[in-house]
Amino acid sequence: MTKVTMTVNGKSVSAETEGRTLLSAFLREGLGLTGTHIGCDTSQCGACVVHVDGKAVKSCSVFAQDVAGASVKTIEGMANADGSLGVIQQAFQDHHGLQCGFCTPGMVMSAAALLAENSKPSEADVRHYLEGNICRCTGYHNIVKAVMAASGQDVSALAAE
Amino acid sequence: MHNFDFVKPASVADAVAALSTEGAQALGGGQTLIATMKQRLADPAVLVSLTGIADLQGVCMGDGGLHVGGATPHAVVAREAGKYYPALAHLAGGIGDPAVRNKGTIGGSLANNDPAACYPSAALASGATIVTNRRKIAADDYFQGMFSTALDEGEIITSVVFPIPEKASYVKFNQPASRFALTGVFVAKYAGGVRVAATGASNNGVFRWKAAEQALSANFAASAIAGLTVDDADMISDLHGTPAYRANLVKVLAGRAVSAAT
Ligand SMILES: Cc1cc2nc3c(=O)[nH]c(=O)nc-3n(C[C@H](O)[C@H](O)[C@H](O)COP(=O)(O)OP(=O)(O)OC[C@H]3O[C@@H](n4cnc5c(N)ncnc54)[C@H](O)[C@@H]3O)c2cc1C
Ligand code: FES
Ligand code: FES
Repeated sequence: MTKVTMTVNGKSVSAETEGRTLLSAFLREGLGLTGTHIGCDTSQCGACVVHVDGKAVKSCSVFAQDVAGASVKTIEGMANADGSLGVIQQAFQDHHGLQCGFCTPGMVMSAAALLAENSKPSEADVRHYLEGNICRCTGYHNIVKAVMAASGQDVSALAAE
Repeated sequence: MHNFDFVKPASVADAVAALSTEGAQALGGGQTLIATMKQRLADPAVLVSLTGIADLQGVCMGDGGLHVGGATPHAVVAREAGKYYPALAHLAGGIGDPAVRNKGTIGGSLANNDPAACYPSAALASGATIVTNRRKIAADDYFQGMFSTALDEGEIITSVVFPIPEKASYVKFNQPASRFALTGVFVAKYAGGVRVAATGASNNGVFRWKAAEQALSANFAASAIAGLTVDDADMISDLHGTPAYRANLVKVLAGRAVSAAT
């Protein structure tokens, strides 16, 4: 076992790992941060997306020891300091961007990565960026709407469908 | 997944030394290898991460064209190669999805040589040079059939050098579930002639369509290949497309790539 230290949601944390310990397992089993979901475990669905040094990655397809020392942000780090929902999370609630909620942590983390790169994305930009995030409930329209709204754009003209 | 020892050297020399141990294997972005290990189709005793080696990162112009470090992620090529080689940046920006592009590397893609991967077509159509810790390999000698390359055990791709074409374009017909290319064609026009490489089509992996190269070298217009046909004898057959469908796609996409080339 090797002790791995990294910064998760602003706090320095450590846990014992094997070579094969995935970042997703480090977060969920090592730290109890179960907001990061495992949908496929084969890098297809995006439910496990977190940020490593500001970049979206699929935590099911990264070894914990490979990101030792990095700064990681998970869905648990997305709320405001007072515990209220962050802007993107609130937009998902307001625009009905989730149903069962299983895909939501990954959707929110991918959306946050998009908005950090492109603060006013077009609808096409949002759809393109979320290509690696699969949702089996919503049909995507309200997710796209929520991300557009979170970027401060008027979404009243976007079809609800 | 079976367990293994994980090492992350900071230099190519240390990585080469680590790779000389029994059962050692290189790890690039892990976007192919980790899934393979989960299926127990790969079972390394030691994994040697190449992503901590500064010398293997980044893109810059140098002798012979654009140099891309062997462990450079697709997202970096998409962002930084555009001013030198727009078609290559476009290709990198169309691989998988943003999270895959943040991790997956050019060296991993070329070492893996998936028959539906995008980079092999760029390397072959550009007449790129695959540079390893031991030697330089011309793209024409490097690709040796699906999942097979000229790399020896423990050999590391340290960089890839792309001569800059006058015009080029990559057109990918997406396989929407996997986000790989169902079929993709890269066309590059150099002073010495045109090169055309197709991926996601042949059972033998990426290949050059030489009849089209000849026709396009004489006349760089989609109409120049309108009368040609691609032999479907060795084409991939799966639930997404028949051999005849893929052979036709090679021609259609090559025509589109010629029209779109900048
Ligand atoms: C959802 C998804 C969608 C994808 N879509 C596409 C797509 O559209 N087009 C496409 O081309 N690819 C696609 N890929 C594959 C992706 O580009 C991978 O990143 C790539 O094939 C492997 O690169 P890697 O750096 O992740 O390598 P790894 O998975 O780390 O390694 C792959 C192999 O290469 C070896 N290796 C790694 N680096 C080196 C090196 N520098 N020198 C020698 N050997 C090395 C490893 O030992 C291993 O055998 C997709 C992957 C996923 C998960
Ligand atoms: S669980 Fe990681 S991509 Fe699905
Ligand atoms: S809300 Fe159920 S999977 Fe997206």
